[in-house]
Amino acid sequence: MKLAELETNFERKIQAEEKIEPRDTMPEAYRLHLIRQISQHAHSEVIGMQPEGNWVSRAPSLRAKQILLAKIQDEGGHGLYLYSAAETLGISRDEMIRQLHEGKAKYSNIFNYPTLTWADIGAIGWLVDGAAIVNQVALQRTSFGPYSRAMFRICKEESFHQRQGYEIMATMMKGTAEQKEMAQDAMNRWWWPSLMMFGPHDGDSPHSGDAFKWKIKRKSNDELRQKFIDKTVQQAYVIGLAIPDPLLKWNEEKQGYDHGPIDWSEFKRVISGNGPCNRQRMEHHKHWHEEGRWVREAAEAYKTRISTLN
Amino acid sequence: MNMELKEALQKFLLRLGDNALIQGQRLCEWCSRAPMLEEDIALSNLALDHIGRAQVLLDYAGQTYGAAKSADELAFRRSERQYYNFLMAEMPIGNFAYTIAKQLYLSAYEELLYEVLSQSTDTNLSAISLKAIKEARYHFSHAADWCVRLGLGTPESHDKLADAINELWAYTDEFFEMSDCDLLLLQHGIAPDQEVIKKHWLDKIGKVFMRAGFTMPSEVYQHHGSRQGIHTEHLGHLLCEMQFLQRAHPEASW
Repeated sequence: MKLAELETNFERKIQAEEKIEPRDTMPEAYRLHLIRQISQHAHSEVIGMQPEGNWVSRAPSLRAKQILLAKIQDEGGHGLYLYSAAETLGISRDEMIRQLHEGKAKYSNIFNYPTLTWADIGAIGWLVDGAAIVNQVALQRTSFGPYSRAMFRICKEESFHQRQGYEIMATMMKGTAEQKEMAQDAMNRWWWPSLMMFGPHDGDSPHSGDAFKWKIKRKSNDELRQKFIDKTVQQAYVIGLAIPDPLLKWNEEKQGYDHGPIDWSEFKRVISGNGPCNRQRMEHHKHWHEEGRWVREAAEAYKTRISTLN
Repeated sequence: MNMELKEALQKFLLRLGDNALIQGQRLCEWCSRAPMLEEDIALSNLALDHIGRAQVLLDYAGQTYGAAKSADELAFRRSERQYYNFLMAEMPIGNFAYTIAKQLYLSAYEELLYEVLSQSTDTNLSAISLKAIKEARYHFSHAADWCVRLGLGTPESHDKLADAINELWAYTDEFFEMSDCDLLLLQHGIAPDQEVIKKHWLDKIGKVFMRAGFTMPSEVYQHHGSRQGIHTEHLGHLLCEMQFLQRAHPEASW
């Protein structure tokens, strides 16, 4: 088949809601878009291990420690599936990590915020993973097969994460005055950054056009954000947490909440490198990647040695 | 069960529980720091096994007190001198080779220990041990495989592991110390003869070293103390961090 025919085949598959698989011919821009998006997603899982890992050694009960460890382990596993999904597009994990270290690849902005108290672990599970689920459920219908399948697996585990986060918050809200204060403080600090996780308003979203056409993206930033707000507000009220938005109001007509303006200048500041933890997260990743070099080299050398022996 | 035997059992259970807890706590430190993502996941899996085991063992230990204590009370409200874990368990994680050498020594011991304990006359302990054997077997093979990879990998990895193996050797003999409590439990068929375990352990370690291209470390002064709750300076700092929330908010439940 000629290139033009192959590309028509791609278009036909997209129209017919068939998945695009790694061996299928695809437009170069589609491939690059997916590499950018999937590697960013993978890096987010991995960088997200840092703020949560910050509390593993201080988890307040043996049960809490086990749940948090299992959760972080899941995030690492998600990182692995996603790196593998991106590798099917012809990029290696080493290259993706290099791009991360050079600042060419990004990770979710939310992990540039610090986890200051135990309640932040609750807030990350409940709000951040809650926002991620809304996004990822929509991505289950994405057009690239390996990415879509990774999303099905990941969503199952994420819903467990969200429940554990909510449970931490609920327990603290039933606890001492100090615990309640910690929980509300975490809510106040994580609410707005969680809303920002869905990205700019639809009118200002730079990558959305092609992503919609190719059915990589199935729902708009604002649609997803609305869905998240609507499901989360009730959950907050049930356990007695206030939403730090004085303009938040139920809108009978649209059957959803209206919210106050998002501070996009903060979003831009953090995304351009000046969040509280941007530098720390990258330095940590680079430092430990470098510390592990001799181990990776040893593993490679051993593999070569064994294969020559066989 | 008479008082003396009950106290011996309590100390023994605390030793097992504390070993699991302190090793688990140390392994947690690798989170987001391992040489590759697969290993990050493997080490947190090991940590998870250890914390889970600590919970079961400390829960059982708690039942041996006059007024029962929960596993969390024992984990988060005791001070250094009331801990009975091996000095090896509390040693800092060091570099990757150091952690692997620690895991090799400890998990080889634990695999052998829990095999014997699965036959213990104490039915709770034998039930707990059946699960622990499976985990320890995996932990041992994980450590042994890395010993071979690092031992036969590059000159740098070989030297790093050789240093770790030799340095940590001084904390191995303590595993096998027969205190009065061990002797009493042995008489009742509850706990094993550590001398017998030692023979098997030396054999098991020797085989790994042979595969990985190392010789047995030369004899050095062996540090003891944990049977009496005497520790290195490292333990206090570990407990400070681990117990922080429970100590800062004694009224709270989590």
